[in-house]
Amino acid sequence: MAFVTASWNPLGEAFYRKIELYEMGWNLREGLRNCQIAAAPYGGPIALLKEPQRSSPSARPQLEIYTSSGSPMASFMWKSGVVKQLGWTISDDLLCVQEDGTVLVYDLFGSFKRHFSMGNELVQSHVLEAKIFHSPYGTGIAVLSGAYRFILATNIEDIKLRRLPEVPGLQGVPSCWTVLSQDRQTKVLLANGSDLYILDNTACTPVSPSGFSSQATNIIQVAGSFSYKYLALFTDSGHVWMGSANLKEKLCEVDTKMRTPPSQMAWCWRPKSQQPSVVIMWEKYLLVVGPCKDTIQYNLDNESVLVPELDSVRIISGTHHELLQEVPAVSEEIFKIASMAPGALLLEAHKEYEKESQKADEYLREIKEQDRLGDAVKQCVEAAGYEHEPETQKMLLRAASFGKCFLSNFRPEQFVCTCRDLRVLNAVRDYTVGIPLTLQQYKQMTVQVLIDRLVYRKLYPLAIEICRYLKIPEYQGVSRVLKHWACCKVQQKEEADEVIARMVSLKLGETAGISYSDIAARAYECGRTELAIKLLEFEPRSGEQVPLLLKMKRSQLALSKAIESGDTDLVYTVVTYLKNEMNRGDFFMTLRNQPIALSLYRQFCKHQEQDTLKDLFNQDDDHQELGNFYVRASYQEGRLDTRMSCLQNAMDEYNKAKNEFNAKATEEEMRLLRFQRRLEEEKGERMVGCSLQDTLHCLLIVGLHKQAEQLYKDFRVPDKRYWWLKLNALAEKEDWEEMEKFSKTKKSPIGYLPFVDVCMKHHNKYEARKYVSKVTPEQKVKAHIAVGDLEGAADAAIERRNEGEISLVLSHCSATTDRTIVDRLNRTRATAGKK
Amino acid sequence: MAHSSRKDAPDLPDFSLLKRIARDQLIYLLEQLPGKKDLFIEADLMSPLDRIANVTTLKEHEVDKLYKVDHKPVYSTSDQLCFLIRPRIQTVKWIADIVNTDKAAGKLRSYKIIFSPQKFYVCEAVLEEQGIYGDVSTDEWAFHLLPLDDDIISLELPEFFRDNFLEGDQRWVTTAGSALHLLHSVYGPFSKVYGIGRCAKMVYESWREQGKEGEKKTAQSEIGTVFLVDRDVDFVTPLCSQVVYEGLVDDIFRIKCGSVEFTPDVTSSEKSVKVMLNSQDKVFGEIRNEHFSNVFGLLSQKARNLQTAYDRRRGMDIKQMKTFVSEELKGLKQEHHLLSLHIGASESMVKRKTKQDFQELLKTEHSLLEGFEIRECISYIEEHINRQVSMIDSLRLLCLLSLTENGLLPKDYRSLKAQYLQSYGTEHLLTFANLRQLGLLVEQQAGETLTVMESKVGKLVNDKTVGKLTDAFSSLAKKSNFRALSKRLVLVPKPMEEYDLRTPRDMAYIFSGAYIPLSCKLIEQVLEREGWTGLEEVTRLLNGNEFVGSAGGGSESGRTTDSRRIILVMFLGGCSYSEISALRFLGKEKGYKFIVVTTAVINGARLLEAMLDNYG
Repeated sequence: MAFVTASWNPLGEAFYRKIELYEMGWNLREGLRNCQIAAAPYGGPIALLKEPQRSSPSARPQLEIYTSSGSPMASFMWKSGVVKQLGWTISDDLLCVQEDGTVLVYDLFGSFKRHFSMGNELVQSHVLEAKIFHSPYGTGIAVLSGAYRFILATNIEDIKLRRLPEVPGLQGVPSCWTVLSQDRQTKVLLANGSDLYILDNTACTPVSPSGFSSQATNIIQVAGSFSYKYLALFTDSGHVWMGSANLKEKLCEVDTKMRTPPSQMAWCWRPKSQQPSVVIMWEKYLLVVGPCKDTIQYNLDNESVLVPELDSVRIISGTHHELLQEVPAVSEEIFKIASMAPGALLLEAHKEYEKESQKADEYLREIKEQDRLGDAVKQCVEAAGYEHEPETQKMLLRAASFGKCFLSNFRPEQFVCTCRDLRVLNAVRDYTVGIPLTLQQYKQMTVQVLIDRLVYRKLYPLAIEICRYLKIPEYQGVSRVLKHWACCKVQQKEEADEVIARMVSLKLGETAGISYSDIAARAYECGRTELAIKLLEFEPRSGEQVPLLLKMKRSQLALSKAIESGDTDLVYTVVTYLKNEMNRGDFFMTLRNQPIALSLYRQFCKHQEQDTLKDLFNQDDDHQELGNFYVRASYQEGRLDTRMSCLQNAMDEYNKAKNEFNAKATEEEMRLLRFQRRLEEEKGERMVGCSLQDTLHCLLIVGLHKQAEQLYKDFRVPDKRYWWLKLNALAEKEDWEEMEKFSKTKKSPIGYLPFVDVCMKHHNKYEARKYVSKVTPEQKVKAHIAVGDLEGAADAAIERRNEGEISLVLSHCSATTDRTIVDRLNRTRATAGKK
Repeated sequence: MAHSSRKDAPDLPDFSLLKRIARDQLIYLLEQLPGKKDLFIEADLMSPLDRIANVTTLKEHEVDKLYKVDHKPVYSTSDQLCFLIRPRIQTVKWIADIVNTDKAAGKLRSYKIIFSPQKFYVCEAVLEEQGIYGDVSTDEWAFHLLPLDDDIISLELPEFFRDNFLEGDQRWVTTAGSALHLLHSVYGPFSKVYGIGRCAKMVYESWREQGKEGEKKTAQSEIGTVFLVDRDVDFVTPLCSQVVYEGLVDDIFRIKCGSVEFTPDVTSSEKSVKVMLNSQDKVFGEIRNEHFSNVFGLLSQKARNLQTAYDRRRGMDIKQMKTFVSEELKGLKQEHHLLSLHIGASESMVKRKTKQDFQELLKTEHSLLEGFEIRECISYIEEHINRQVSMIDSLRLLCLLSLTENGLLPKDYRSLKAQYLQSYGTEHLLTFANLRQLGLLVEQQAGETLTVMESKVGKLVNDKTVGKLTDAFSSLAKKSNFRALSKRLVLVPKPMEEYDLRTPRDMAYIFSGAYIPLSCKLIEQVLEREGWTGLEEVTRLLNGNEFVGSAGGGSESGRTTDSRRIILVMFLGGCSYSEISALRFLGKEKGYKFIVVTTAVINGARLLEAMLDNYG
């Protein structure tokens, strides 16, 4: 396999290879000269700010955005201030740090998103230099002000500006500096001549790298590794110091013999690899330096930039895009010339097999004899993952698949996963997409992030394809992509609301985990309220519709949606909102049209705001309810005169409501209260608050017959009621004489049986008997029984020849003592029966 | 029960699981507040809580002292206060006062409010208004269902009735929906859901909504059919005097959360005795569903049996005696104790109920149900009011009169109302307003004209709109249509027929053979027809809102026939013990097993008490 190793260059123990990723699609007349460039890591987009060719004051620079393969994504004239630094955020937004400290944020397609400032002092002192960096907290910015102070923002999504301490003796721009993220702190490392300082929140600490032999020389270039764990320093004597980021541990020191200051320096160190190395670039010259005497040198055709990655360095020039990386150990084992590693043998075996040569068997046997076929397969699979060329990937995977046939119980996961991952990677590495990720980078960034990035690029079909292919749960996968698509769709101003709403609903349908309210919220943010409302119609959960409707000030609609949902809490939320937003009149009017909300609010008012309740009824001219309200109030009132005035109000309201009955009842209640008060004042009898009946009863009991008589007449108490009352009161007092007199005043409207009953209730048989004779014939039997006179009862019953009455008497008779009566009754019954 | 019942009736599901779920959740909530704490419990949560977790359990989870919420200042020294309350504004305000008092005094404590069964936005709004939203942590104890017996589950929400039907406040609909959801997820999936009533429909929808979010359960279904019914479909039944033993006990002694306190005149001792009334009590189990006239007979039979059991110890040798004492005696003694209690209770009831006036009360009620001798009934009611026999009973009779007669004649209405006010006080103006709104006690007037208008409009527009219009009209003047319903469903058996209460032939026995409860009859009819077909006229008279829903939980084939004959009836707004007895009877006749889920167990008195405005 000569051609695989052709691009390999040895450095110490390892090999390095440079692979061409793309031939750039852009057409840059001047290459990368005269422009600022920012390329995002993880195969991200590239931004170019081209200085105007004619240096006239009216000429403006051009900002262009490309994919990693150089396909244009956006291009526009830069009309804002002087840009000091370009950079990308972790969510693929472009940051442009201006001289005055303002940072402008654009999306991938060059549309302006927002801006923020790195501090007001920069308007005066200006930004001298700026760096954009990534840390676990997000994307940060560090600027060096004209006063030689560093200002830091760790996360641009949540801006907290930090002004780092002054560096003693710093009179000019430091020769080089970088941002480090260590121990959950963001620090700045800077070199001023030969002095090194670390700046953190509180202090500026001078440091010196351990074992640095060329102390006296100036440090002119510094580079932190991708993980901020390591640091490389370049001195004007051409020495490179490589060591840990805290400078306490030295990895190596190399003399490059180059005295000219390099244009860029970057770490190129694959995680887990034993050999640290740094790539240093001069104008036409690239050097790979490691812990050995040798270096690898490449000549560069034209001006380039280095983009450090997790496991490699990308080199972008005006025409090409290349990847420089250490050859992975496993690839080395397989492809190294004359390698006897099992993977290499398996690859050979498979090649022979394809050629239908029996040598295949020999190779296989050799591996099997060492019992290393499993390892061989694993090696081939792993190596396939490191290859960029699909042909090479296939070759290795086929070999692995071939080897697998001779193994039983070989776990297929690694093979299957690698195939899948490679398929996804090949898809995104494609020229048209232009995301040149390595497997290791892909693993680090995760599928979720990759899908996000595709979504940012509006590559929705590909994103969905990948989600489906990898069987990502809908909620995290397809649904999320569709939601982004819809959010993007609603921003297309040229299309009509109806069209968009229909398209969105058609595509999204009932897909699980889609929140139409989120999409509607986006539409609303873009100022398309009508569209938002249309989209909300598709939202099945009313709870989600209501808050947005409120935000859009569609409170009426929100209210009806809330009511539709049947969730009273939701209704109440809207009601409280309305109460604060609207004036009272409108608020009440709105409620009036929504009975459910109204009753809910009434319930609340009953407990919390009695007066509002009154206002509510007033508004509706609901005099009936107002009357009830005042009656209720009167009973909650302790003082008599307030109570009276409440009742007066109630009466007025009832009159307005044309409820004569209630008006009269309240009027009578007032009269009664007045009467009771007078009585209390005159006679000292406490009866305020009693009902008419109870008042009468009290009066009769204490013997105030005259007053009772007066009440009876004044309130036109029915005769029957009055008789019952008086009868009971007299019996209670056991005033039998008065009772007898009373019975004779006129014919009793309630008959005389109650007299009998009442007397018997008070165990006065003697008195009871007096009234038996007065009882009507129909009740005679009952009266006799009541006083215990069975004889009489029997007589009466027989006289009336009433079957039912005879049975009634019989039921009261006992067979032993009332023999004769029983016989008589039975006889009568018999004769009656005959007739 | 004396008559034979079908042997193939399926077994009831085990509802103690519900208690366990509630208890575990409560314990979890208490553990969220580590350390010693004082617990304040809402008065009407006390008894239900007692069924779920006793004091020892609470103490085990670092509850120090227990208090009843009494809306008075608090004297607690604990630095953690925990409140277990219903989501009511007054209670929240009271807590706010406590917190604010503490704040003013510079006392630092932590507060936690546990709302049961759920919290309402209004409560949080009050906390916010009182400026203590940040000082108090809140939580929910989703204690929806309390099994009172093997076949009775209560939501213990008496306010459901007034809030929903009178105030038009639908806040409890979701609660009922969640309760149904819980039952569905534990004992479901249900295969068929029938229902009638506006609230029933909303509960059904709320449950469906919640069901969507949850996962589908594939396990064996234990409850197949569900019937949801609004209380306002049938007001007549709970307003009738109860004459079945359990109902009578409730009417006279008031059963609270499945237990009753027998007064000294029942226990024939100094103290009152609290007794749990459920199927665990063998004596009670035999008489609970019996018409009162049979109870004595059964009790004396029981007494005789007991005596024989006791007597067996004569002629035993030592060994037999030993096993007798260790195994049987305790049970016999317990039975003896209960028997004497129930005999005492029956005696006390007889004393009250065989009196002349009770007989006449019953007679009047029966006349009203039959629509017979109405004028006599009215004068009886008048006398009842005049003599101030009982504020609630008078009201109950008035409502029965109005319901059965489709409203009172204006003349009668006015005179009876005036007399009522004179007897029991003018404040009842409010009560009358409430009853009118609910349609329990109305004046005949616009009703007729409405019907005429309805039919006229009906000819002009299509059916669907008629339905809506009818809806609108009926909410204007709620008509009970009792007479027509009674005729159609044959609720009142022909008078003068002998009715043997010992061996009842239909559900009418629970009202001495005078009336088959409308609610239960509806259930019977719908189950028989497997839907509402053929009942169109009936549902029209009931203002519609009937529905059938297949619960959509899997295929029909996976169900055992057993589960289909286990029927869950959910009463929204409460049901009475008489209705439960009637359903038990129906179940025995047809081989069903009914499970009654109710927002609360009610009777006529409690129903009407909810209509009073508590003033002063």
